[in-house]
Amino acid sequence: MPATEISSVAVNPGISPGLHIWGWEVAAYLFLGGLVAGLMVLSGVMHRRREPPPESFALWGPLLAPVLLGAGMFALFLDLEHKLHFWRFYASFQIASPMSWGSWILLLVFPASLLLAVVSLIECGGGAARQPESSWVAAPVSGAQRYLRERLDKEVADFLRAQRGHLALANIVLGVALGIYTGILLGALGARPLWNSPVLGPLFLLSGLSSAAALLALLEPSAEARHRLGSLDLRLIAGEAAALVLMLIGLASGGAAQRAAAHLFFGGAYTALFWIGIAFTGLLLPAVIEFLHRRGRAQATVYPAVLVLLGGFALRVIILFAGQASRWEYL
Amino acid sequence: MARYGMAIDLRTCTGCTACVVSCKVENQVDGGLSRDRVTQRVTGRFPSLTLEIFSERCNQCADAPCVWNCPTGASHYNVGGIVMIDEAKCTGCKACIAACPYDARFINQRGYAEKCTFCLHRVKEGLEPACVATCPSLAMVFGDLEDPESDISRSLASRRHRALLPEAGTRPNHFYLE
Repeated sequence: MPATEISSVAVNPGISPGLHIWGWEVAAYLFLGGLVAGLMVLSGVMHRRREPPPESFALWGPLLAPVLLGAGMFALFLDLEHKLHFWRFYASFQIASPMSWGSWILLLVFPASLLLAVVSLIECGGGAARQPESSWVAAPVSGAQRYLRERLDKEVADFLRAQRGHLALANIVLGVALGIYTGILLGALGARPLWNSPVLGPLFLLSGLSSAAALLALLEPSAEARHRLGSLDLRLIAGEAAALVLMLIGLASGGAAQRAAAHLFFGGAYTALFWIGIAFTGLLLPAVIEFLHRRGRAQATVYPAVLVLLGGFALRVIILFAGQASRWEYL
Repeated sequence: MARYGMAIDLRTCTGCTACVVSCKVENQVDGGLSRDRVTQRVTGRFPSLTLEIFSERCNQCADAPCVWNCPTGASHYNVGGIVMIDEAKCTGCKACIAACPYDARFINQRGYAEKCTFCLHRVKEGLEPACVATCPSLAMVFGDLEDPESDISRSLASRRHRALLPEAGTRPNHFYLE
């Protein structure tokens, strides 16, 4: 049986720095983009109700979405190797390129989430009970509310109020698009077999929703609302775990390149990171703590939410880096 | 319509890397970087070993993932199916690098994606690419795959040949004569 004894390959970013692809900037964007997608969908669902939702997170979701998205897009900008040409994304639309779709989706996400934020500021949260206790976040928010209520043209305010349902729907649709497209983008890069899974998009969307529910639970002063967000997160974690299992089954039952990619998590270089960072810290541990709390065996703590957020970030970092380590072997 | 291709004779290539050096000089490639490379593979079990030497570069794929993954249209098909990069449109987003199964692309010092162009500037003047013109063992053949009388078509018709990674589905136009 002939076996490959030696292959000399000068093709890796360690030897040729020009081959470096994506680092922490893109991982940060993937996490923040997923979080924003989750916030948009959750707050969109809240605002589809006839009456303005009383929960604090109906205000915090739309408020945080554009801020976090701005931070994420700045990270993307940092990743560009020729930053002066960033506007080129908006000088063309390439129908076959998921990245081109993504840049236009991002452009639509900003006004939709900003407008919902303005509506939420006008409509939601009159009392202190609807805001987190810490005054350093509450002060600028109530300041912005006062400013909008006093200065915003009444006709504009009425129009925005009337459009709340439509804005909410736009946030849901764009949030789903934002949550899924990054997974499709990585999946379309056929040279990196680990990413070539149709489940990657839904996985990223579920992870984004889960992270968003966790972030809102951290900011939510009402114990009852926190409890509901916790239940939601438990279901989303289950969905995320199922998507992850499907992705691994897909890779393990694929061709040689896909199987080699799956091996990265089953004995390969990313095994410990994957099982400790994603499976244990991000999924199992928060689910168990939340479950025990539900059964009255554990105190309500911030740990499940913090772990879910850490796990969401770990998922993007590990999938992004392991994907770049997976390749078609031909030497 | 021409469709340019390249073939390298595995029997006569000695792995001298003259192709790499001539390309670097011809195209003024930045320090530490190169558009082509020579890799080796030894297969078998000692003492019955086989050494193969590959002079590698962009495969100028007919179904190039770098082209359709490019978000700005910077990566495009030029004359004869040669994949080119319009630097004025390139943002350095690196989607093309991640899309290429041959790792043929890199970011140059000015922040643009760069790769082999089959020396299109020379081809337009009727010259061969620098690597082909330089190869001291005459192992490299370049020409129009659509023209049955061209050197490359004759070589491919008369010799057993293969491309790297046809299973990646990119329809490469860069071959090795066995």
